[in-house]
Amino acid sequence: MAYADQDHGHHEGPDAFIWKYVWSQDHKVIAIQYGCTAIAVGILALVLSWLMRMQIGYPGSLEFVDPTAYYQYVTMHGMIMVIYLLTAFFLGGFGNYLIPLMCGARDMVFPFMNMLSYWFYLASVLILCASYFVPGGPTGAGWTLYPPQSILQGTPGVDWGIILMLASLAVFIIAFTMGGLNYITTVLQARCRGMTLMRMPLTIWAIFTATVLGLLAFPALFVSAVMLMFDRLLDTSFFMPYIVHMGQALDTGGGSPVLFQHLFWFFGHPEVYIVALPAFGLVSDILSTHARKNIFGYRMMVWAIVAIGAISFIVWAHHMYISGMNLYLGYFFATTTLIIAIPTAIKVYNWTITLWNGNIVLNTPMLFAIGFVSTFLIGGLTGLFLGNVAVDIPLSDTYFVIAHFHMVMAIAPVMVVFAAIYHWYPKMTGRMYNETLGKWHFWTTFLGTYLIYFPMHYLGFEGMPRRYYAYEGYEFISESAHSLNEFITVAAIAVGVLQVLFLINMVWSLKAGKEAGPNPWGATTLEWQTPDTPPCHGNWRDELPVVYRWAYDYSVPGEEVDFIPQNQPRSATEQSLSDSGGEGQPQGAPA
Amino acid sequence: MALAIVLILMVVGSVIFHFWSPWWFTPLASNWGAMDDTIMITFWVTGFVFIAVNLFIAYCVIKFRHSPDRKAEYEPENHKLEGWLTGLTSLGVFAMLAPGLIVYTDFINVPEDAVIIEAVGHQWQWSYRLPGADGALGKADNRNITFDNPLGIDPDDPWGQDDIVVIGEPAHIQLDQPIKFNLRSKDVLHNFYVPQWRAKMDVVPGLVSYFWLTPTVAGGFEVLCAELCGVGHYNMRSNVVVDGAVDYKRWLAKQITFAESQGKQAPGGDPVARGEKLAKQNGCLACHSLDGSRGVGPTWKGMYGRTETLTDGSTVIAEDAYLAESITDPNAKMVEGYAPVMAAYPLGEEDLAAMIAYFMTLSE
Repeated sequence: MAYADQDHGHHEGPDAFIWKYVWSQDHKVIAIQYGCTAIAVGILALVLSWLMRMQIGYPGSLEFVDPTAYYQYVTMHGMIMVIYLLTAFFLGGFGNYLIPLMCGARDMVFPFMNMLSYWFYLASVLILCASYFVPGGPTGAGWTLYPPQSILQGTPGVDWGIILMLASLAVFIIAFTMGGLNYITTVLQARCRGMTLMRMPLTIWAIFTATVLGLLAFPALFVSAVMLMFDRLLDTSFFMPYIVHMGQALDTGGGSPVLFQHLFWFFGHPEVYIVALPAFGLVSDILSTHARKNIFGYRMMVWAIVAIGAISFIVWAHHMYISGMNLYLGYFFATTTLIIAIPTAIKVYNWTITLWNGNIVLNTPMLFAIGFVSTFLIGGLTGLFLGNVAVDIPLSDTYFVIAHFHMVMAIAPVMVVFAAIYHWYPKMTGRMYNETLGKWHFWTTFLGTYLIYFPMHYLGFEGMPRRYYAYEGYEFISESAHSLNEFITVAAIAVGVLQVLFLINMVWSLKAGKEAGPNPWGATTLEWQTPDTPPCHGNWRDELPVVYRWAYDYSVPGEEVDFIPQNQPRSATEQSLSDSGGEGQPQGAPA
Repeated sequence: MALAIVLILMVVGSVIFHFWSPWWFTPLASNWGAMDDTIMITFWVTGFVFIAVNLFIAYCVIKFRHSPDRKAEYEPENHKLEGWLTGLTSLGVFAMLAPGLIVYTDFINVPEDAVIIEAVGHQWQWSYRLPGADGALGKADNRNITFDNPLGIDPDDPWGQDDIVVIGEPAHIQLDQPIKFNLRSKDVLHNFYVPQWRAKMDVVPGLVSYFWLTPTVAGGFEVLCAELCGVGHYNMRSNVVVDGAVDYKRWLAKQITFAESQGKQAPGGDPVARGEKLAKQNGCLACHSLDGSRGVGPTWKGMYGRTETLTDGSTVIAEDAYLAESITDPNAKMVEGYAPVMAAYPLGEEDLAAMIAYFMTLSE
């Protein structure tokens, strides 16, 4: 491709630390910058969740956790986890690292814009964190930022916090747009010879589709953030009807709070899949590699990704069944929501069938990948409660919802984040991680999160409302529910603390890990076939790879080795098999 | 291997937990048992899938664990299997969706004999309006809200004259009588939520939302807010009492109508009663307790005359001047340990005096 001879702007001195690791235009460095920033801000959000859990499990035990602080934690925890950790990690982190390598490209097609994307992301994180240092602190409006509450007195951070939050989101969206355009263009334009669309690994399909979703969905959040900012700063009334606030008539009128919710969830629901789809893709490749077996039903998997992406734009109002919108809309959105369950279920089946008759290696990435299937299963199934309008009405705004979305959108994707970090760590660093530590990390995380969230569903059945600072004096909540809350708090803090196993493993293995070699897993995809490990800037030395086959030629009958890299030409046997009309040719393997 | 055992134990443990769990639905007290039924249909369908898939994974992990001697099967696709799975899943989805939509049709179609009652949410309190003798509510709009007309009933609408306004007290409703709750908000989003009734709905400023139910169990029920509405959200409580027909009529007869209430609280009345009413109307009590417990703001019990430490370290005796300032400009001198989240209430001189008179009674 024309890309091969492009020069990477090395004139300033390629070896200087600052150009190599700070102002870098290398997609791999940018990916790691994204990943480390996301982990750092994620740790902040994790600590906030402990403080919340302390208040719920042991009310009043921490003096400084008053209702104001509590609602600020609720808001910051949610927003950081959804946007600044998960979205950034999957697309900015894994998307950046894997797209050029898996597609056989030298880099993203717009490396400078890619670098800018990271720096805008970092700026958005800093603006967000700055809200802890302004008068009144961060906003406590909940991550959904519903007006009128989010911009009126009575909600923490209404003076500065909400403004910084909206500004930070706007900057994040600019960062995402620069990155997203890059990912899409790279996938469409910079694939190496032979890498047809239907030979792309599912990781690429999934990240590509998620990016398209992001580019279509984030503008809705952008405009709602700008409009809300106008309502707050310029006294417009986009979302503000006539209001009598604390005994005083406000100078607002004509706006609609429900309009904000429509805009927010028009972004917010695709956002769930912006996080989930990359997880689907990554886990498909990890499962296939370590089961030493092709992913089952590749074409179905691709269509399921595309179908989920498309349908995800017409399900948003299932977050709004009891929002006061026209009730007849419930029929439409319940139906579309349950329809989207079908391609999602197909994906779960295909992951499990991939295990069937496999030759399963249970190393750390594989454990996390299977852990994902199990946790995602719970989250997906509870989604069938909340997507079905009549079932949602009693459960809405209770702990059932908290359990559901943490399982489906926090624990399951984080399982994949860990699976993928362990899986690609040898390629990123050239060293193996420590397997024992990795397994301990898996067991504590998997079992611990299960203990946190499984019982929470039952608190939801009991009707315990979410976003409550305290539950004292509510008679319908049983005494034992408070003990259960203590248990959940202990489990949550334990799981959080034990994540240190992961950090130790990452840092320690950087120097002390065994040399990994170029392809420790015997994987087929292109990133494992690079001439250097970790890959050099530009990924491939003089020649770009050429692809001859799909990404899943594991355990091909008649072959001695149990994997065939994508860039290995077809052998004489394979050739003659397909020439003779396909006798013995594996059924359905894309050519 | 360990993974397989853990997955199996997880499934077994979950089933045991389910049957052992003391945490389950609150006892049903409305006609919406059908909602519980749809939850249970979904529960068993999804529970079956949960068990089946986890056990299938556990089986694979045991049976197909890695051995250098064997090779995985090469099977890229199996259209028959994929077709069957898609078909069965669609069937399962339909089995959950269809009953759900049937129940939902009941939910959105209010019976014709339903009595309309209004619940009004504002930070952080619920108020109610019930129809009087004429059986119908008059028009209301937030633009009509005044001190004597806290729910904004149209003073010129003859239908509204006999409406009964309930502020800061439990509302009573009649057992086995279908009731349509019309929901209005004065300020931000709220959600009218009685766990035992199952049905709930957001309360949105600028529009009237609704839901209906038939209460089937007599007694008192807690009303909560289920939509984040600011720092007092968790404390936005109220009560609804479900009475038999006789008790309900008795209660109703004791209530004063909107027309009767007009002018009753005219300036010059009892300042303590006026202060108490102001406190209830403005939702003060969600944050300021009357029993000494700590809330979002300082308790009012014993507040008058108390020496408070301020955020700047100085102290002040909470008497007339300081309390009046703290109502009209709450962030000017903050008591230490509390966050600056209270809005300014621009009360007139007389209302301030009424509030202070009320505070004094709480320090006796």
